[in-house]
Amino acid sequence: MAPQNDSPPLLEVRNLSIEFPTRRGTLVAVDDISLHIDQGEVLGVVGESGAGKSLTGNAIIGLLEHPGRIASGEILLNGKRIDNLSYEQMRRIRGRDIGAVFQDPLTSLNPLYTVSRQLVETIKVHTDLDTGAARARALELLEAVGIPAAKERLSSYPHEFSGGMRQRVVIALALAAEPRLIIADEPTTALDVSIQAQIIALLKRLCAERGTAVMLVTHDMGVIAETADRVAVMYAGRVVETGPVASVIQNAHHPYTSGLMGSIPHMKHGVNRLTQIDGAMPRLNAIPQGCAFNPRCEKVFDRCRKERPELISIEQNEVACWLYQSDVGGVS
Amino acid sequence: MSDAPVIGPAMTKSGTLMRVEGLKRYFDVSPPLLNRWFEGRPRQILKAVDDATFDVERGKTLSLVGESGCGKSTVARCLVGLHKPTGGKIEFDDIVVTASGTDHFAQVRHRMQMIFQDPFASLNPRWRVFNIVAEPIRAFGLIDAGVALTRRVHELLDLVGLTAEDGKKYPHEFSGGQRQRISIARALASNPEFLICDEPTSALDVSVQAQILNLMRDLQDEFGLTYLFISHDLSVVYHMSDSVGVMYLGRIVEIRSAAEFFAGPLHPYSQLLLETIPSLENIGVARAPLAGEVPNPLSPPTGCAFHPRCPFANDRCRSERPSLREVNGGLAACHGVEENRISETQQL
Ligand SMILES: Nc1ncnc2c1ncn2[C@@H]1O[C@H](COP(=O)(O)OP(=O)(O)OP(=O)(O)O)[C@@H](O)[C@H]1O
Ligand SMILES: Nc1ncnc2c1ncn2[C@@H]1O[C@H](COP(=O)(O)OP(=O)(O)OP(=O)(O)O)[C@@H](O)[C@H]1O
Ligand code: SF4
Ligand code: SF4
Ligand SMILES: [Mg+2]
Ligand SMILES: [Mg+2]
Repeated sequence: MAPQNDSPPLLEVRNLSIEFPTRRGTLVAVDDISLHIDQGEVLGVVGESGAGKSLTGNAIIGLLEHPGRIASGEILLNGKRIDNLSYEQMRRIRGRDIGAVFQDPLTSLNPLYTVSRQLVETIKVHTDLDTGAARARALELLEAVGIPAAKERLSSYPHEFSGGMRQRVVIALALAAEPRLIIADEPTTALDVSIQAQIIALLKRLCAERGTAVMLVTHDMGVIAETADRVAVMYAGRVVETGPVASVIQNAHHPYTSGLMGSIPHMKHGVNRLTQIDGAMPRLNAIPQGCAFNPRCEKVFDRCRKERPELISIEQNEVACWLYQSDVGGVS
Repeated sequence: MSDAPVIGPAMTKSGTLMRVEGLKRYFDVSPPLLNRWFEGRPRQILKAVDDATFDVERGKTLSLVGESGCGKSTVARCLVGLHKPTGGKIEFDDIVVTASGTDHFAQVRHRMQMIFQDPFASLNPRWRVFNIVAEPIRAFGLIDAGVALTRRVHELLDLVGLTAEDGKKYPHEFSGGQRQRISIARALASNPEFLICDEPTSALDVSVQAQILNLMRDLQDEFGLTYLFISHDLSVVYHMSDSVGVMYLGRIVEIRSAAEFFAGPLHPYSQLLLETIPSLENIGVARAPLAGEVPNPLSPPTGCAFHPRCPFANDRCRSERPSLREVNGGLAACHGVEENRISETQQL
């Protein structure tokens, strides 16, 4: 399904900031980020551990954990704000309109219930199916995500499944109500390449056939390369580069993005040490002034330590880095 | 993260550290008794690990790879004593730790550690990170509480790229990748000689992953640590391993030096595995998932369990189970390889 240019994107995040009030001051974990995803589109979100990817996803589905809170910004689904809805209203949207695959598969699974019971209950909450039909649908879903002998294993408990099988049950749960938007946080990390290919094929099919939109958070650039239409790269709570997938991977502009591409273990380059970006991402209470990447950046210069770069268009990408901003005053 | 490793046992012996022979672990996954009576359903046994035999060389890394559900974590859990094997023998440093009837596991428990596949489930949510990391040190009475313990925990946190300040927080205050690093710090805390890493970096972004993998190799070079490494990411396996064992439906089907394995895997399943690796060169190109039915571990195919998906299967494959045989300096369980019907595919 082709996205229409005049209608609003399925999901739009405008200037979102997320903060944690603490005794020693407020920590800003996500700082003024904007994203959008069209119908049928896959947005890949990558970035350093702790960059704020999961928090952004959790904010969209209305599950920020206390004391985290949205400090400013708006989240719109089909042009309607959802960030200010009540818990009850949001609960109805979750599952039916937005499906979530959490980074931690166990948080979505109840260890005391069998796999089939959890699936059947989720399906019944969000659809009109009766128990029998819900059961059939549960089985269908488990087969779609590649659980072998699904029929015999419906009555298993989560701990009786392998790590990758649990992850697939969580994916099945997220797909249960055929939501329009799926937020998938590291959905394939525990999966071998073959099952991974199967899950990705399943997601892509949903996008193409039903216009489902996906926000795919993953550190696996291989998965991004074959799945995403566009990519957003996050660092220290901000989007530092975004653009079409081929352009971000092959023509990265931001020094962090280039470093990220260089750290990928590669079968073609011997078994020497992996290239690493030295240093660590700053703590939330010590985010450097100016460009947050400046202490680790090989190309750092004076201005980077003083002023914060905003996203500007460079070729097909948008990049937040002073290297590409020749004017003296910066863009406002 | 500091470059200089601060931990590790002083150990330079060579030879086999862990010897596993005919390891079996079965699970009873039968429906509840009542259902079995009323629905006439039979008892069902799932052979998660069936007859696995392999050695892990001291100071080296053996990686286990294979499809999700093939039994990798179950092997790992048997080795660290979290599952009692249904059968087989495990020797650690020439001490028989598990064989029928005997169990000397307590003698070696403190010499091994495991990094779990699911970092969330393995960190106690009510403990501060400091105590989580200090737990193995306290449990084995390695350092008395006090300044030395504090210094050691801070050293470990630093090693994995966290700070002393982070020790005061609870696990839920960290992102997924940060939590994984906490579990790595905890695993290193007791100076283990043998470390089992079950998907240790799958929750990490590539840049932190590179740091952790480089660190693990440094520790190995410096202190002769031995690793059993489980990962579905074959490019990570390529970087980390001295040898590679491939599992399929609870059995080891190929085990060889990593260099040879990646140069040209023997077993048809290994060959397919290497073909399905995602690559940055394939933007927008979907990989073909492995063809054929996903095998049912409750009633594995007869003969070679891989035969329904194998392009080289013949009648013998369908009836006779191949056993591991020496081929070109490695081991493979495949009739086709034995009969010279299958040539190595040239990888890379
Ligand atoms: N409850 C909390 N209290 C304080 N800080 C928190 C809390 N939850 C998350 N954070 C911080 O917010 C930042 C962003 O976390 P988030 O989970 O979004 O990272 P991420 O990008 O998903 O990383 P990863 O790739 O490791 O999963 C991290 O620095 C984390 O420490
Ligand atoms: N406690 C248990 N009870 C019943 N079955 C189990 C139990 N633990 C594991 N299994 C089964 O044993 C098989 C192997 O599981 P295991 O966790 O070893 O797989 P794995 O190779 O680690 O897979 P993954 O890559 O998905 O983590 C699976 O079919 C799983 O369902
Ligand atoms: S703004 Fe400066 S420090 Fe930041 S990434 Fe660009 S060059 Fe590096
Ligand atoms: S034994 Fe036969 S079926 Fe099995 S992998 Fe070898 S050739 Fe294929
Ligand atoms: Mg995360
Ligand atoms: Mg596992």
